[in-house]
Amino acid sequence: MNMITKRPDILVSVFDAKLHYAVGGAFAAMRGKSTVVKAVDGVSFDIGRGESVGLLGESGCGKTSMGRLLLKLEEKTGGTIHFDGEEIGAVRGSGLKKFRSKAQLIFQNPFDAINPRFTIRQTLAEPLENAAIPKREREARIITALELVKLPEPAQFLDRYPHHLSGGQLQRVVMARALILQPEFVVADEPVSMLDVSVRAGVLNVFRDVRDRLGLTAIYISHDLALVRYVCERTIVMYLGRIMEDGPTEDIVREPLHPYTKALVAAVPVPNPDQSHEPLPIGRGAPDPRNPPSGCVFRDRCPAAHARCAAEIPQPKPVGTRTVACHLY
Amino acid sequence: MSEPLLSVRDLRVSYQVGRNFVHAVDGASFDIPRGSITGLVGESGCGKTTVARALTRVIAENAAITGGQILFDGKDLAKIPEKEMNALRWRDIAFIPQSAMNSLDPVYTVEYQLDEVLRRRGGLGRKQSRARSEELFEMVGIDVNRLNDYPHQFSGGMRQRVAIALALALDPKLIIADEPVTALDVIVQRQILDQLKELQTRLGVSVILVTHDISVVAYICDRTVVMYAGKVAESGTMQAALTAPSHPYTMGLRNAFPDLQGAASGILTPIEGAPPNLASPPAGCRFKPRCPFALDICGTEPPVIDVAPDHPVLCHRANESAALRIEAAKTETWMAPA
Repeated sequence: MNMITKRPDILVSVFDAKLHYAVGGAFAAMRGKSTVVKAVDGVSFDIGRGESVGLLGESGCGKTSMGRLLLKLEEKTGGTIHFDGEEIGAVRGSGLKKFRSKAQLIFQNPFDAINPRFTIRQTLAEPLENAAIPKREREARIITALELVKLPEPAQFLDRYPHHLSGGQLQRVVMARALILQPEFVVADEPVSMLDVSVRAGVLNVFRDVRDRLGLTAIYISHDLALVRYVCERTIVMYLGRIMEDGPTEDIVREPLHPYTKALVAAVPVPNPDQSHEPLPIGRGAPDPRNPPSGCVFRDRCPAAHARCAAEIPQPKPVGTRTVACHLY
Repeated sequence: MSEPLLSVRDLRVSYQVGRNFVHAVDGASFDIPRGSITGLVGESGCGKTTVARALTRVIAENAAITGGQILFDGKDLAKIPEKEMNALRWRDIAFIPQSAMNSLDPVYTVEYQLDEVLRRRGGLGRKQSRARSEELFEMVGIDVNRLNDYPHQFSGGMRQRVAIALALALDPKLIIADEPVTALDVIVQRQILDQLKELQTRLGVSVILVTHDISVVAYICDRTVVMYAGKVAESGTMQAALTAPSHPYTMGLRNAFPDLQGAASGILTPIEGAPPNLASPPAGCRFKPRCPFALDICGTEPPVIDVAPDHPVLCHRANESAALRIEAAKTETWMAPA
């Protein structure tokens, strides 16, 4: 039904993806009180080969759930996700193993993502073992991966444990582990949020460099527009499980179209003492994901909401270079 | 500058770890003027939280203030007896701990927790306490009807507002807030910061905001104290720190994080290496191993040089800072030393 999946320049194609959870438990269900949280609710987009896309939004907007759906770490409850022309929902067994080696996750917290009892060599050998790479090739692959992420003199790290490494070094190891099987597609979930400011730039630069050198297709999940802008030419803005706006990052930064994006862009603090202290164009209060507003999920905080917003869910519409889901357009 | 509200002189705080001592704060000096909002910034492990806690003397069991003075209203908080110190807490100095969101007691209503401060610390009567609680909730923009709610019934942003209300309860002269908006989303973060700034201006209270986020500091602070590895690298007005950073560390930070108003093509430049282990800090200047401008002399203890009035800098080359700033703006300068 989704013709786009046939196009060779598209690596990932998402159509009407849904991830709904039942919450409230068995007792609530017995009393007919169980509710559904729609973590991802009818999301569609395509990612071109070699493209870098930022998934931007606040906590609870569904960006991490979306990322996990793309990697089949979570089973979608509706819609389709095609990877390289193949619907991933049905992939099992050896097909799944192959998919896992092609699509990798870069974790958020390097201190949690690595087994503290494994040396760096063991950490990096594990995915190679799983992929049945012969033993004699492993050491060389490990060194190459560590060189790729610009860890100086990689050999000296091999027998060290994670606690011997700094946060920046550890995040490079996490990245090396994701890249060691030479994936085509990586999802990076807030990869620098746990790092200090002075070392963040180094990790971001490595990410950009590796991506360009290997021609990777990448999703960069973040709540920080300034970081997304640094690594992605395109940004998808999510709110309560839906896409609000999708388009070139630079256009979104310069002239956000969706009322939510406008507030999000205005809220980013910039290192400039003359920054405007105007109140944000957004209502207070985080929405309750169990009980989202009818129609447009953003309408109860939106300064431009009108009658139609409560009655009708806004469908994504092309506006210039972008797609916007808002009745104003 | 008139008499500052708080004057920290050569403050030292050490932690005992096994048989070793870690000098987490090693000679920090700065002033907090009355009615100001000061950002205490630095990376993890730089000693900013330890300084903040030392100011209220709420420090870990294995830590001790080993030297220096904390002059507040004519008293040296480093020396006064615990009883006297305890009388100052909440009344004169209020502390909002890190993740204040989770520091509220989950088994008591919010009103009970406000009441505890207002009546036990402030000596207010039951009725006065209720009236003040309502007033505080109005100040931080929460519906008064929610006073009887428990902490889990509030969102993260609202719990942070409750923590601010608690800090304001007894009209303190100084509020120390440790990473008050770090766990919050950008939009809520912005709304809380605006509220904090508005209250600070209206009530004339002084605020010390401890954070690693320079953008947050630039947004609401009028002064800043930059810490690195247990020492104050430089301090002064926000304007000076942003337009004329004079310590190489501050200069480096300026290139290290993305700026939404900057050019899209700009490249970020990290500061190579990592902060030193404070159990065995390098001799002399602690930034030397990462500093592109380090000379032989930097192996000795750096002096504090006033590059301008109200702008002390801990660096041997502080007098050359104008020239160094030009070099520091170039990416090549920060490439790993060959």
